[in-house]
Amino acid sequence: MTISQDDIKKIAHLARINISSEESILLEEKLTGIMKLIDQMQKVDTDGVEPMSHALDISQPLRADQVTESDIRTKTMALAPETEESLFIVPQVIE
Amino acid sequence: MLNLSLKQLSQQLREKAFSSEELTRFFLDRIRKYNDSLNAFITIDEDTSIAMAKQADLKIASGNQGTFTGIPIAQKDIFCADGWKTTCGSKMLENFVAPYNATVVQNFNDAGAINLGKTNMDEFAMGSSNETSYFGAVKNPWNLEYVPGGSSGGSASAVAARLAPAATGTDTGGSIRQPASLCGFTGLKPTYGLVSRYGMIAFASSLDQAGPMAPSAEDCAMMLNVMASHDIKDSTSLPHPKEDYLASLDNSIKGLRIGMPKEFFGEGLDSEVQKIIEGAINEYKKMGAEIVEISLPNSELAIPVYYVIAPAEASSNLSRYDGVRYGYRTKEYDDLMDMYFKTRQEGFGDEVKRRILIGTYVLSAGYYDAYYLKAQKIRQLISNDFSQAFQKCDVIMGPSAPSAAFKSGEKKEDPLAMYLQDIYTISTNLAGLPAMSIPAGFTKGLPVGLQLIGNHFSEGHLLNIAHQFQLISDWHRKTPKEID
Repeated sequence: MTISQDDIKKIAHLARINISSEESILLEEKLTGIMKLIDQMQKVDTDGVEPMSHALDISQPLRADQVTESDIRTKTMALAPETEESLFIVPQVIE
Repeated sequence: MLNLSLKQLSQQLREKAFSSEELTRFFLDRIRKYNDSLNAFITIDEDTSIAMAKQADLKIASGNQGTFTGIPIAQKDIFCADGWKTTCGSKMLENFVAPYNATVVQNFNDAGAINLGKTNMDEFAMGSSNETSYFGAVKNPWNLEYVPGGSSGGSASAVAARLAPAATGTDTGGSIRQPASLCGFTGLKPTYGLVSRYGMIAFASSLDQAGPMAPSAEDCAMMLNVMASHDIKDSTSLPHPKEDYLASLDNSIKGLRIGMPKEFFGEGLDSEVQKIIEGAINEYKKMGAEIVEISLPNSELAIPVYYVIAPAEASSNLSRYDGVRYGYRTKEYDDLMDMYFKTRQEGFGDEVKRRILIGTYVLSAGYYDAYYLKAQKIRQLISNDFSQAFQKCDVIMGPSAPSAAFKSGEKKEDPLAMYLQDIYTISTNLAGLPAMSIPAGFTKGLPVGLQLIGNHFSEGHLLNIAHQFQLISDWHRKTPKEID
């Protein structure tokens, strides 16, 4: 599988990353190289093999819905680039 | 203080041979002296470290200290530590001050350890040479022209140069074992789920696992006693009964069956490294172990499978860095979309962007079955290979990395060559198995590590096997010349 300039444009959009045209040209070769490596998988017969999503076969545990942590809202809000009255500020999205 | 083991440090602190404050200042002085050359630490905070040491000294004076009370430990900058800058090696988190403790950090705090500082790393743990860090490359103390390995390169450089008695690391595809091999000390990646991932910045969640990095297996056992814990804050943390990893170190290894996978000794392995590894395995034979030839037929597929699964999970995990709630935000933007696009363009480095793009590609509409699902199926085959091998042997041995350390810059622009660094380590992450790297010799003045791979939850046995080798060898006690 080779990665084209169009592919890069499409995936960069999905990933929400600006890619300059110079970057895009360098990426074409590098991403194609990585996809060629990945394509080695295609020669393997995996019919009937169960996909493995996890190292150990465990089920998700449940716990009681109880407050266990102290309130660190002020601390976490202070990490935001822009806030106002405990709200995160982003550019206007609704006219 | 320089070359004492963790056990000796604990004992001498208790006997008041020196105070924790003296010990902590000793290592802080070394960091101040050598960090300009090595770049092993991103953040040190002397006031906080010393305050912690003074608290520890009070505890020791009152006689209710634990095994780690007063011992300084360096933390990889991937672990959130309350009040400490936690960057994950990225511009994206350059000014991020963690608002809480990772469970690993909390466990060390509870055991009385001193946080000595936050170590440098490849950006978001993506790299095998510690050259992708936004905070600059880390140097190998055995030769400053060489890389320390990665992604836990700062921890590796710090431990090897004795800027810290021990450090934490994380291993997604080899990031503890490969740098331990390249810098000449002991590193352990535990069974997936043994150590909590809570507060450990996520890269590839089904593979990430934290572990100890220290001179000896005994040091690592002592650290794992603190690090391993069942944690309800991490849904993949396993309710494994608490073990004492020091208890089994002295067990006899007579009759141990060592599996040598033929795939680990083929093309791509440096011949000097091969000689050293075979020599080390021969030492085990002299100690009464028996060698069994085994095969891991799908191991050559580990790298392709990893470069689907890890980037796929990373592209999802790293979508949180959007410039809204924390981290970097671009300075000028027209609207919300523009803000996302520029923030992520400017905040991430090249390797991280490549992996996000690959991950996005393999997960995008129409490709899921061909890549992600296919990779998960082969992951199962790789895991099956290990299950079969462990019917014939108790431990698998081979090289940790295909060569000793390489020169800085040598592979930086060639991701494919860099990815091959992890050819012997990645398959164990895919299978969730515990594995170690222990020092086994030197080639051209650079250390070489022997890898030990065990079955799930065999950490105690692995540490025992490693410790027995370290009783008859002193490779793990070698230290580099002090840097001028």
